[in-house]
Amino acid sequence: MQTRALTKHYPRVTALDALTLDVEPGIIGLVGANGAGKSTLIKILLGLLDSSGGSVRVLGMDPATDGEAIRARVGYMPEHSALPPDMIAAEFVTHMAQISGLPRTAARERASEALRHVGLYEERYRQIGGYSTGMKQRVTLAQALVHDPDLLLLDEPTNGLDPAGRDSMLSLIQRIGSEFGISVLVCSHLLGEVERICESLIAIDAGKLLRADRISSMTQRRDVLVVEVDEGVEQLFARLNEIGHGVRRAGRGLLVPLESDDTFDLIMGTVAALDLPLHRLDQRRHGIAELFADPPEEASHGVG
Amino acid sequence: MASADSLINNGGVIHDIGYRRYTGARLGRRHIVTALYLHSLRTAFGLGRSAKAKIFPGIVALIAFGVAVIAVAIRSQSGEIAISYLYYTSVMGIPVLLFLAVVAPELVCRDLRAQVLPLYFSRPLRRADYAVAKVAAMISAVWLLLAGPLLLMFLGGVFAQTGGASGARHEFTDFLGGLAWAAIAAAVLGAVAMPLASWTSRRAVSAVVIVSAFLVTTPVIGVVDDLGGDTARQLVRLVNPLTLLDGLQTWIFRTSRVDIGRYGSLYLVGALALVGGCVALLIVRYRKVAA
Repeated sequence: MQTRALTKHYPRVTALDALTLDVEPGIIGLVGANGAGKSTLIKILLGLLDSSGGSVRVLGMDPATDGEAIRARVGYMPEHSALPPDMIAAEFVTHMAQISGLPRTAARERASEALRHVGLYEERYRQIGGYSTGMKQRVTLAQALVHDPDLLLLDEPTNGLDPAGRDSMLSLIQRIGSEFGISVLVCSHLLGEVERICESLIAIDAGKLLRADRISSMTQRRDVLVVEVDEGVEQLFARLNEIGHGVRRAGRGLLVPLESDDTFDLIMGTVAALDLPLHRLDQRRHGIAELFADPPEEASHGVG
Repeated sequence: MASADSLINNGGVIHDIGYRRYTGARLGRRHIVTALYLHSLRTAFGLGRSAKAKIFPGIVALIAFGVAVIAVAIRSQSGEIAISYLYYTSVMGIPVLLFLAVVAPELVCRDLRAQVLPLYFSRPLRRADYAVAKVAAMISAVWLLLAGPLLLMFLGGVFAQTGGASGARHEFTDFLGGLAWAAIAAAVLGAVAMPLASWTSRRAVSAVVIVSAFLVTTPVIGVVDDLGGDTARQLVRLVNPLTLLDGLQTWIFRTSRVDIGRYGSLYLVGALALVGGCVALLIVRYRKVAA
């Protein structure tokens, strides 16, 4: 997937502003605030919208001219719920497979399989209207997966899900990307979700590229431990510093670089030796959020 | 299937056969449009949907067959043809109108309301093909609603007629004429109803719009019939799809249903323009709709 100086103007706003990207296969995160141009980009990739300028290639084809060929090999999960409530999930997914060009019997088989992969095997003969939000999201994912696409475009797949639902949706997406051999582009305004499952990341804001890179190169620093104690923070800070760790203060807690499993024991030991009430001891990866902590200057104009 | 699931639930062996890539055929445009057409046709009669969705089409079908049964009964008792194959479609005018008012919104408003269109248009389905498949399904549904009872009338008629083999042949020709006319009527009525239905995602509003479109001009016809001259009377039936059909039937089958004077061909042009215009309108509508 590739874009060159891709631009999209709406009558009043510029949604994409000379966006140039090269995306390798894998799980790719597309992050940006609401209105940053994520959905617009996806619709151009699908050939549903024409661009105002620049060029795009998806799976080696141009959406403007080979839209149908691309849409046959791409699965799309829209941002909003898009399911008829009075249809049975299995029938709906079968129908969608047929619209993607699969013969009837193959469509049936693939529909059951797709619903099994998203974890709805036993409930598949129920009407969609009776499903929970999480189950509906799974059906939407199943219909995007049913025709075995080469590329999945997921627009806010965790929208409206509770934390548990988010977790299972994210691990499902990760499985699709790693085990099924399908490239996935995940759109989200939540950086935390995307960094958990993606191999590379594209951040856009106001239609402009902020940064595109592999996650591994963005998070070179090692993991840290967050330590919080109810009292005696100063004592602990001084003590740990003496032992010789690169301890930093962060709000009410301390950040200790995790060098080995011994670090846990060391902190526990120190806290016990000082007889302090330990409130929290957490492992945290250095978030790529920190990379975007300071919004760049040019991000302050454009799409609101 | 159940045994495999119970194994998983019991915490036993989990048979995860993993993801399999699809290597089979990927069919082209014709298959895709046909699939959408058949799906929509089933939807029209409430098949593959909740029991609630089957009630109304069921009632209308019951009325349609009821009228046919009455026609057969009268004919076998008295030997007179109370309802001809051609006249049957006109008799069914109001039930067909109600069928359109309920089914046309069902076919298009549901997709708009549930926002299913993005899922369709992100597949290799063209927007115009969507419109054509939907209007074709509506027309076919109306035709099937009429053709079933017509077949029943034909079967009854063959036994009731007394003309022997030539009589049966004659009966068959009449029956074919009835089927053809039902198709023409279905095309005009279905084509008119669809763009009206597609304008809003609210089914009730669509239904009212469709019914009023068919009824709003009827007073005009009444007034002109009473007060207008010959030419005005012969032309006024062009303004309403239902009376347009009466005029067209008069011209094609040389019946004496209504007075259309020498303007028969105008009724044909009017019907063709109406169908063409409405289908074009529906295609334009779906070119604009957001995906």
